[in-house]
Amino acid sequence: MIDLQLLALLLIPLLGGGLLAVFGSRKWAAELNSLMSFFTFAASVVLTVRVVDSGPQVAFNEQFFIDQFNVFLVALTAFVAFTTSLFSRPYMRIEQHHGKLTTGMLHLYYSMYQLFTFAMLVALTTNNMGIVWVAMEAATLTTVLLVSLYRTPASLEAAWKYFILCGVGIALALFGTILLYFAAERVLGQGGTALLWTHLNQVKGDLEPTVLKLAFIFLLVGYGTKIGLVPLHSWLPDAHAEGPTPVSAVLSGLLLNVALCAVVRSKVLVDGSLGTHFAGNLMMGFGLLSVLVASFSLFRQKDIKRMFAYSSIEHMGLITFAFGMGGPVATFAGMLHMTVHSLTKSAIFFAVGHAVQKVGTQQMDSIRGLLQVSPTVGWGLALGTFAILGMPPFGVFASEFLIITTAMHEYPWATPILLVSLGVAFAAIFGKIQPIVFGETTAKPLPHSPALIPVFAHLLLVLMLGLYMPPYLADWYRQAAALLG
Amino acid sequence: MQIPYTLQFINLLAALLLLIAFAMLAQRRILSLINLFAWQGALLALSTFIVAYSTNQHHLYYSAGLTLLLKVMLLPYLLHRLIHRLNVRWDVETLINIPTTMLVGIALVIFSFNLAAPISQLAEGITRGLIGIALACVLLSLLMMLTRRKAVSQVVAFLSLENGLFFAATSATQGMPLVVELGIALDVLVATFIFGVFFFQIRETFDSLDITHMEKLKDD
Repeated sequence: MIDLQLLALLLIPLLGGGLLAVFGSRKWAAELNSLMSFFTFAASVVLTVRVVDSGPQVAFNEQFFIDQFNVFLVALTAFVAFTTSLFSRPYMRIEQHHGKLTTGMLHLYYSMYQLFTFAMLVALTTNNMGIVWVAMEAATLTTVLLVSLYRTPASLEAAWKYFILCGVGIALALFGTILLYFAAERVLGQGGTALLWTHLNQVKGDLEPTVLKLAFIFLLVGYGTKIGLVPLHSWLPDAHAEGPTPVSAVLSGLLLNVALCAVVRSKVLVDGSLGTHFAGNLMMGFGLLSVLVASFSLFRQKDIKRMFAYSSIEHMGLITFAFGMGGPVATFAGMLHMTVHSLTKSAIFFAVGHAVQKVGTQQMDSIRGLLQVSPTVGWGLALGTFAILGMPPFGVFASEFLIITTAMHEYPWATPILLVSLGVAFAAIFGKIQPIVFGETTAKPLPHSPALIPVFAHLLLVLMLGLYMPPYLADWYRQAAALLG
Repeated sequence: MQIPYTLQFINLLAALLLLIAFAMLAQRRILSLINLFAWQGALLALSTFIVAYSTNQHHLYYSAGLTLLLKVMLLPYLLHRLIHRLNVRWDVETLINIPTTMLVGIALVIFSFNLAAPISQLAEGITRGLIGIALACVLLSLLMMLTRRKAVSQVVAFLSLENGLFFAATSATQGMPLVVELGIALDVLVATFIFGVFFFQIRETFDSLDITHMEKLKDD
């Protein structure tokens, strides 16, 4: 039964990729894209209910493994992928109307979008640490041509940088995986089972600590490049700023999470083997550095998408820090922050995308008075910004509050760094967004009506998570946090 | 104790791999670079074959065959066609300061031997001690990516990085599970195609394959 549900989850986007590779130029390609994404989301809901009710399961000869932690990311990924596909339908039509995209480019976009979803879902659900690597690389490959979709010099440069840096990073992660296999082979023996996470997790106490230490460094640096941890982040702002906005939304909201999931899985093994907090400490260090550097970089930004890309680095740093601290509360907070960050950041990118289309530039100095042009886009951006800055009553406040109070308790020295960074980020983003939303304008209306339902749906969810967390959800997250320890 | 001939032979091949990594670091002509890459693949296939023979691991025969097919024939053929169509076949790259690069390379080799020393001591079987060489190959390819300014040579460096990793997998662990290796091979192949698409896009936009044109994006 679980086999069937998982098969549906993985086959729908793969089938969607195939269908759109054939029919991507048709008029209804955007609708087909949304429909396939909706089916994927429905499959993820079925799978989630099943796993939350009956606990962790393996499928397909143990090649896939689903527990409360990764099913949460599966549901989040499928949901945001679905809403982003809704957003991209009018967005891409407007881009085409503006002459920035041709039908051929859209064709590529739709089929790659589905394959990208497929690659992420495989990376999340596979039990095999080697396949995690293969799927992460596949996710890079499917998005690299999307980043350069506009074929402008800047977008080509961004895509090349993304390709080369993530390629190198992920190659290092492969070396880490090889070392992990080397250690595992001595305990579990030759063959297929030695890379299976569930098996590794059972014998983690017997794995050779020196090898695992080195393996984790390579894995963290490798997948950390994808998460956008400082100092490996330089591809991220470029790729987010130059790619089409739906791609920025899924990169920021989803791909970074998937890479982090791989790191968290490795951390569980490594700290279990060492019996110390080595991996957690490394993650905390990288996380803090990312939060600090990213928030101070926010001031220098002039491009609006670039600024929110840096904000993603900041939040991913915060989440990495939370998972690094470990323990039920911090892990719970980390997962909650992943959820609210993904929802809020993609909502912001949706609003920003339409704002940029109205004004015709990404330079923040030239975007003024969104409220006058379109109250909905303006309020979407304003509320999204409030939410991402951690203002109560939005959910980001709740998760940041949990992370900081845990840090105060466990690692008091880290709290000033976190508080200063969050304060700086607040000042930088708020100062720049305020005149963009309120102010005088000269912009023209759009040829197609913008898609704002996804924006407000996301923000509503984030608001709900800040005010009231349903017991079902809280229980689910608590179980997942307990699994990760 | 008499060291078995197979092991001696693998050690020889490992040394040759390292030598080729250095040769690639200093090679300025793009055509010769691709030929060196093909040779690297051939050595890799041979060493995988010998490991397969001496440890009697059947799946390693497949991966040796896969290496031969992919890295000795298909990828070099694709690269040759690419540079022919892009008309950069006889291009010579200006590399600054080859002696310094070589010295840095030697430092990297020493570093990787040190890093791998505790792991090599744990290794059993015929291939102990080769992890250092594999790691050195990986780091040398990274260094090559840093020093190159042409898109094509960066890609060759990227592919030879993958060769180093593959050597690490066969020497340290006697091969990853076959499904993983197939996945990796597929990724590499797709990556090469995408790189090819990129070359044309880059040349169309910038009129050259020099990536110095592509250093404009900054935080301001």
